[in-house]
Amino acid sequence: MTSIEKFEVRDALMQSIRAFFHSEGFIEVETPIRMKTPCMELHIDAEPSGDRWLRTSPELYHKKLLAQGARKIFEIGKCFRQGERGDRHHPEYTMLEWYRAGGDYNAMLKDVKSIVGRVTSPGVSKDWKIFTIAEIYERFAGWNPVENFDVDRFDFDMVEKIEPNLPKDAPVILMDYPAECCALARLKPNNPKVAERWELYLGGIEIANAYSELTDPVEQRARFEKWGEQRRALGKTVYPIDEEFIQCLESMPPSGGCALGIDRLLMALIGTNTLDDILPFRD
Amino acid sequence: MYEVSELKKGLKIEIDGQPCIVTDFQFSKPGKGQAIYRCKIKNLSTGTTFEKSYRSGDKVDKANLESRTFTFSYHNGDDFVFSDNDTFEEIHLTREQLGKNQYFIVEDMEVDILFHKDKALDISLPTFIEKVIAETEPGARGNTASSNVQKPARIDNGYELSVPLFINEGDLIRIDTRTGEYADRVSKA
Repeated sequence: MTSIEKFEVRDALMQSIRAFFHSEGFIEVETPIRMKTPCMELHIDAEPSGDRWLRTSPELYHKKLLAQGARKIFEIGKCFRQGERGDRHHPEYTMLEWYRAGGDYNAMLKDVKSIVGRVTSPGVSKDWKIFTIAEIYERFAGWNPVENFDVDRFDFDMVEKIEPNLPKDAPVILMDYPAECCALARLKPNNPKVAERWELYLGGIEIANAYSELTDPVEQRARFEKWGEQRRALGKTVYPIDEEFIQCLESMPPSGGCALGIDRLLMALIGTNTLDDILPFRD
Repeated sequence: MYEVSELKKGLKIEIDGQPCIVTDFQFSKPGKGQAIYRCKIKNLSTGTTFEKSYRSGDKVDKANLESRTFTFSYHNGDDFVFSDNDTFEEIHLTREQLGKNQYFIVEDMEVDILFHKDKALDISLPTFIEKVIAETEPGARGNTASSNVQKPARIDNGYELSVPLFINEGDLIRIDTRTGEYADRVSKA
């Protein structure tokens, strides 16, 4: 495809996504790209930008909006992650992020089904395959990471045994991650070994990640501090904790949130294995 | 040592003392997890291929490889004997070690030999060599310039390759030594 053709496909997708959110009563927001401090996660590195950082995700600002009373918000914009470059990665990429106050990860699943249904050809999204992480690891890797977590084994098996074996002819949801992979998700109220988080795969490509959002400021601070210590041990930059964000969790309602990679979704729609075919100015 | 983030296709590395080359490379980062570098690797000494994954922070040894320039000097039985351009030290390579390269080596040819701890691993010839066609069926008329249709041919030392229909016995052609295939015609017989 020429660059212009790539933009035509992207434009059609964007229109369809915006139409969905507007029909559901969402408002589109724009939040800062340069942040005083980025969201601290163990394996996500932010790109410095002068005395600030380029956002790795709009998550913190969206939660501040929810705390201020926003109910349904979405944003489509560039995010940046240092050192991520490969067929499925580019250090600068387009993220769709949306939140529903009062929702949880099941509400997010319903939304993502509607979005995928709108943008893929009829039939593709009829038969969704939903697996728990425990179930899929038992099947393809022969162990249960929810019962006995091993971080290296979890990541290596995901790449070597799980992802290559996922069905490619239907949308796949992997859900209920081990608590150790909770990121910013809340733990299941009746089962603290499991985090309320899912990931969407289309054609074997990871497309979206959703949570029932963690709204406990004490737990959130503890997680940031733990990742900070782990980052220090790995020789990575430790970002200051965004105190305003921790404070906003006091008034943030229970919510569902989802982040979806637009460039990856385009890969799945076009049926390519590399972002080279999607990004018009890839270098 | 290389950082795993430096790995790329074609990079020569050492694993368990064996010289290897990365033949395929994939950066993976499963949702919120650590970066994993999936490599397909070929052992340069044995030719076997295998897969190996690294995570960020891992280190990989650089291959202890050295390339030296030699000149082909003579045959000794089935061996090809080359002499080092700098030290005149001789090295014997068997037909088996040379593979199809044995058909492309001519007198006084300069070659680069790749060594891993004094063991010859690979030989690089000049990219193109010129050879005379010793045997081929005459081409059909009308197929003067088309190289889409090919026919079998043989050069003086018995090496067989496919050539376009317009090539005749006695023609001088160029062969690409990397692929062992016909490249173009140098002169008509």
